[in-house]
Amino acid sequence: MIGEVLTENLPFLLEGYRNTLYLVAVAFGGSLVLGTFVAVLRIAPVPMLPRLARVEVEVFRNTPLLLQMSFAYLGLGSLGIRLRPFTAAAIVLTLYTGAYVTETVRSGIASIGPRQIEAARSIGMTFPKTMRLVVLPQALRTVIPPLGNLMIAMVKNSAIAASIAFPELLYQTQILDSRTFATFEVYNGAIFAFLTITLPLSFAVSRLEKKLRIAR
Amino acid sequence: MSSGSALVELSKVNKSFGRLHVLKDVDLSVGMGEVVVVLGPSGSGKSTLLRCVNGLEPVDSGEVHFDGKDVSRAGRSIHKLRSEIGMVFQQFDLFPHLSVINNVMLGPVEVKRVPKAEARNMAEQLLEKVGIPEKADSYPAELSGGQQQRVAIARGLAMNPKLMMFDEPTSALDPEMIKEVLDVMLDLAKEGMTMIVVTHEMGFARHAAKRVVFMDEGRVVEEAAPEAFFSTPKQDRTKAFLSKILGH
Repeated sequence: MIGEVLTENLPFLLEGYRNTLYLVAVAFGGSLVLGTFVAVLRIAPVPMLPRLARVEVEVFRNTPLLLQMSFAYLGLGSLGIRLRPFTAAAIVLTLYTGAYVTETVRSGIASIGPRQIEAARSIGMTFPKTMRLVVLPQALRTVIPPLGNLMIAMVKNSAIAASIAFPELLYQTQILDSRTFATFEVYNGAIFAFLTITLPLSFAVSRLEKKLRIAR
Repeated sequence: MSSGSALVELSKVNKSFGRLHVLKDVDLSVGMGEVVVVLGPSGSGKSTLLRCVNGLEPVDSGEVHFDGKDVSRAGRSIHKLRSEIGMVFQQFDLFPHLSVINNVMLGPVEVKRVPKAEARNMAEQLLEKVGIPEKADSYPAELSGGQQQRVAIARGLAMNPKLMMFDEPTSALDPEMIKEVLDVMLDLAKEGMTMIVVTHEMGFARHAAKRVVFMDEGRVVEEAAPEAFFSTPKQDRTKAFLSKILGH
């Protein structure tokens, strides 16, 4: 019967689904916070910080995610820094996605323009306060759609953690395929499972965009 | 002007943007309670002058003192210093994501750590003063230009500043809204607020200014009391400027 393999191995697949959700949840929060923070560092009036932040972004944005995962798990492992697959995957996915978040938030900050920053400075606000209270609340709103795209891409990218044997959804699917040879069925199930994460996410993003729109 | 009582004191201030020499050896002194109107053609350095007073632009040479403190050597106390100077911009530059009342309260609450209830109280009084108490919960985009500019004035006043600076506050307004903003400014002047006003409103200069400063090409060309300035300008450049703007 079609679907039998899936129903019989449901706990096994659900474990993968749960692990994907854990990984995605950590990278979601982590990359947004880290990426926004680094975006602010990129324009901070402090010597060297903007340059360091730029280097960080360019390294993570311009190398393959698959390679970064292998580096964090196998490369660092060979030096004796042994991370668990989950830890390695979460750190790498956060940094990789965070680099894109940085660039996106930076474009949002640029769209706010220098006059808002000057208005805030004129009432005596420090740089961190200007960012937190005036610039970011506006900048983040304007980049909700592209940030949503990044988060959806991040969910899909989480499957690369299968390459370092983190038992997430794709990894479990591959194992199940090799055990049962119900190839079409199991991969179909995996696609459906990913859609249950990405489609609601995309829906939530457009809802949020409408809710937070500011009139100008 | 005796320098002892001066709230703002600029001496030999120079400022360039790349090759453009915007301020050339500018001296200016503004006493406590004085209203100084700065006139001049666009590009004469009027806005830059204001921005040097609160340190938004660092000067290249010369000194800027506010309330006895050296603005260019203020370091981290520049924030405190700026909080004592209200600034009103040509384009209003309210914070669009905050309601009117929150625009006015933001500085007191976040910079001066005034308790929220107290800050709200004061903000309501200030909105009353600028004539739009009913707009407290509106957002800037829902207001006319004149109303936005009055909120911007209230935002500046909320910090209880020692000095208010206005950078062409009516230049972006429809003609019929100019008066409502100038009226608020006139009231402030009458109350004894120290003000530096960059404007093209000659009526305001005549009625509110204690002194008119005329700038051209980065220099202070002439300064005088308004009656003398408008009736018997001394410099040819001033005469040429006045004949163009008052000629019809």
